[in-house]
Amino acid sequence: MPDDSKKFDVDVLIIGGGNAALAAALSAREQGASVLVLEGAPKHFRGGNSRHTRNLRAMHDAPTEVLTDAYTEEEFFNDILRVTGGQTNEPLLRSTIRASATCTEWMKQQGVRFQHAMGGTLHLGRTNAFFLGGGKAMMNAYYASAKRAGVRVLYDAEVIDLEIVDGEFHSATAMIEGKPTRISARALIAAAGGFESNIEWLKEAWGPAAENFLIRGTPYNMGKVLKRLIELGVQSIGDPTQGHCVAVDARAPKFDGGIVTRLDCVSLGIVVNKNGQRFYDEGEEFWPKRYAIWGRLVAQQPDQIGYCIIDSKAMGRFMPSVFPPSKANTIGELAKAVNLPVAEVEATVKAFNDAVQPGTFNHAILDDCKTSGLKVEKTHWAVRIDEPPFYAYSLRPGITFTYLGVKVNDRAEALLTNGKTARNIFAAGEIMAGSILGKGYAAGFGVTIGTVFGRIAGTGAAKLALRPTGSNAKEEVSLNAAN
Amino acid sequence: MLPTELMQEGDHLMTVCNACRYCEGYCAVWQAMERRLVFKESDLNYLANLCHNCSDCYYACQYAPPHEFQINPPKTLAKIRKYTYEQYAWPGPLAKAFQKNGLVVSLLTAVVLIGFMMLAIASVGSQLFMPVRGADFYQIASHEVMILTFGAVGLFSALALLIGLLRFWRNVDEPYSEFANPAALWKAAKEVLSLENLDNGGAGCSTSEEKSSQALRWFHHITFYGFLSCFVATTLGVFYYYGLGLHETSGYTSLPVIFGTLGGLGLVIGPIGLLVLKQRRNREIADESQYGMDVSFIVLLLLASVSGLLLLALRESAAMGTLLVVHLGIVMALFLTLPYGKFVHGIYRSAAVLKWALERSRPPAHSAAGE
Repeated sequence: MPDDSKKFDVDVLIIGGGNAALAAALSAREQGASVLVLEGAPKHFRGGNSRHTRNLRAMHDAPTEVLTDAYTEEEFFNDILRVTGGQTNEPLLRSTIRASATCTEWMKQQGVRFQHAMGGTLHLGRTNAFFLGGGKAMMNAYYASAKRAGVRVLYDAEVIDLEIVDGEFHSATAMIEGKPTRISARALIAAAGGFESNIEWLKEAWGPAAENFLIRGTPYNMGKVLKRLIELGVQSIGDPTQGHCVAVDARAPKFDGGIVTRLDCVSLGIVVNKNGQRFYDEGEEFWPKRYAIWGRLVAQQPDQIGYCIIDSKAMGRFMPSVFPPSKANTIGELAKAVNLPVAEVEATVKAFNDAVQPGTFNHAILDDCKTSGLKVEKTHWAVRIDEPPFYAYSLRPGITFTYLGVKVNDRAEALLTNGKTARNIFAAGEIMAGSILGKGYAAGFGVTIGTVFGRIAGTGAAKLALRPTGSNAKEEVSLNAAN
Repeated sequence: MLPTELMQEGDHLMTVCNACRYCEGYCAVWQAMERRLVFKESDLNYLANLCHNCSDCYYACQYAPPHEFQINPPKTLAKIRKYTYEQYAWPGPLAKAFQKNGLVVSLLTAVVLIGFMMLAIASVGSQLFMPVRGADFYQIASHEVMILTFGAVGLFSALALLIGLLRFWRNVDEPYSEFANPAALWKAAKEVLSLENLDNGGAGCSTSEEKSSQALRWFHHITFYGFLSCFVATTLGVFYYYGLGLHETSGYTSLPVIFGTLGGLGLVIGPIGLLVLKQRRNREIADESQYGMDVSFIVLLLLASVSGLLLLALRESAAMGTLLVVHLGIVMALFLTLPYGKFVHGIYRSAAVLKWALERSRPPAHSAAGE
C-alpha cells in the first residue's frame, strides 16, 4: 500500500532522469508549472543512457559556432530514411528534423556546453554538435540548471506503478526513501528510457541468445514504466528485437561499458565465429553503417560470439580498444590462445589469403582490395593476413538501446489503443523513439529525439496542467510551435 | 622509475581515456593523449605534468568511481607528478625529505635561518632592537652580506631548478635543441601566462558536478604575478644600488617599493585564496600525500609577503631590525626549498606546455579514426 503520510502533488510529474526528462522538466518549469523529476538511479549514475552520449544531430542551413557548413532538412531526412530503410513515420520525422534546428541554442541556454565545431578527432562536426566533456557533462549542466530553476529531483526513486483511468493519468507510486509513495500530478511525462537492461524482456524477443548480450548503457532501464503504460492502454510501436546493436569487445562489463567497449577493426581483417568460419563480408561498408550491423550479425552466430583476426599491418589504423588483444606469432597459436579450433582457423585464413586479389589499399575509400572465389567474399580492404604478430579480439552483441516503445503524435502525446489521444500523458526520449526509428540508427539522433520531444512534452504538459479547470480550449503545442 | 602499481594505474587510465576521448575539448592533456596509442613511462610523466589539475574531466567522466573502471585522472596524474618531482630533483635525497614533511621542513628552515642571522648580527655588535636612522636596512645587515648570501642561495636554487628542467626534458624524449624553437616558445609562453588550460571554454574549473568557477585561475594569476612583481622589485633595487648608485632607502613612491608592495599584496591575496580552494577541494580527487609539499610553498609565500609588508610599514620603528631578519630568513628558506617543493610544478608544467606546442607542429604519428 502506498504510504499516504508523505504525499506529493505537482503540476507535472516526469519519470526518468536523462536528456529527454530534463529537457521536459526545464521546459515545463519555464511555463511556470511545479515539476517533480523521479530518477530511478542513484545520483552518481543519474542520466540514464544520456550519460554515455556525446553529441546530437542537428539541422542547420549555415555554419554555427558548434556546427560547420550546412546540414539541410532534406539531407537529414534522406539520411534517416536510408538508415531506417524507410521504416519511419515521415511527417513525424520531418517535424523532428525541423525542431532540431533550435536545439543546440536552447541547450546552451540551459548551460550545456559544446565543443567548438572545428576541434576534435571526429569528422562529424557538420552533422553533429559535440558536448564539451560528453553526455555526463551535459547532464550535470542540466541538473544544475534544474536546481536553479526550482525543479525538484528525487534520486533512487523507482516508479513501481501508475494509475491511469480511461486514458487519463491520476498518480504514480514510486519508492521514495525506500517507501512506496503516491504522487499525483495533472500531467505525466514518461521519459524513462527503453527496456534494454531487462535481460528477461530481451529474452522474450531474442530467445536465450539474449543472455550473451552486453548492455552498453545504464543498468536502470528496466522498462517498467513502458510495460505499465502498454498494459494500461497506451499504444506500443516497434519491434522488440530492434534497436541500436553494435559489436563490442566481449570482455566489456555486462552494463555501462559505454563508448570504450566499441571495436572497429572488422574492416581491417576477418571475423570468424566459434567454429573458425567467416560469415559476413567484413569490407562491405564504412563505419558507421558497418558498426551498426555487426552487433546483429554476431548475435546470429552460435553462442553469440565472433573473433576479429588482424595482423600487425592493421595496428594503429583503428581506434584503440580498452582491452588488449590476444597476440601470437602464428595463426595457429592465436587460435589456441582464444580457444578456437586451430585447424579450421588456419584453413580459413589460408583460404582468405589465397583469395585476396591485387589492389591498392585505401581505408578512406571503398578501395579495390577484394577477394575472389570465396563463399563469403570480402569486397573492400581485403589484404593478406600474413605479417606477424597476429592479433585477435573477441566480439559480442552490445545493445545500446531498444526501439519498442509507446506511440506518440507530434505533440508528444501518447496515443491509446482505443484510437484516442491520452489526455495528460506525454512521452519523450528513448521510450518513444520507436515512433520515428523503426530500425537502424544514425549517430546522435537519439539525443535529438530526446531534446525535441522533451521540450514539446514539457511545454505541452505545463500548459495543460496550468489551464484553469473547466476550460476546454486545448492549446496547441506542436513541434513547430515549440520552436 | 614509477612504481609498477602506479605505472599500471596510469596505463589503465590512458587506455580507457584514449578509447573514449570525450574530454578532448577540455585541455591539452587529452589532445596530447590522442597523438599516442601506447603509453610508456615517459608519456605518462609528460601527460601528468601537462595536467593543470582542474578536475573538469573527472566530473564529466562516465567511468569515474563508483564505476568499475575507477577512472580518476586528477588523482592518478597527481600521484605520477609527485614521483616525477622526486625523480628530476637535484640533489635527489633533499626532495624526498621535503616531500614527506614539507611544511615542518620549510618552517624549520626559516626558523633556523632567522636564528643564525640574529646571532650573526648580534656577534658583530649591530643594534637589532632600536629604530634605525633613515630606516636603513644596511645598518642591520650590510649590503655585501645580503648580496653574497642571497646570491649564493639564489644561484644554488637556480642551478637545481635548471638541472631538474633538463632532466624532465630528457625524460620526456625531447632533445635540448628543441628549446630553441621561437614559434613553440611563443605559443607556450602565451598558454602559460594566461593559464589557458584552466579556461575550459570560459567556465573555469569544476568544483563539483554542478559548479565551476574561474577562482583557481585568478588566485593563481594573483600569486604568480605577485611573485613576478616582487622579483622585479628586487631586481630594480639591485639596479638602483649598483647601476644608479642610489644607496638611500627607497621612498614609498619609488619603483622598487611600488612593485614590491603590489607584489606583496598579490602574495597575500593569492596564497590565501589558493589555501581556501585547497581546503575545499574534493578529497576523492586529491593525492593527500602531497598536501604538505603543496601547503608549505603557499604558506612560505604568504609569510614572506606578510613579513615584507610589515617591514615596509614599520621600517621607521624599533621593530624594523627584527622584522628585517625574520623577512630575510623566510625569503631565504623559500628560495632554498624552491627546487624541492610545489614551486617546481611551474617549471615542469611550462616545459610540458612547450613540448605540447612542439608536438602540435609535428605531423601525427598515426591516424586512427573512430566513433
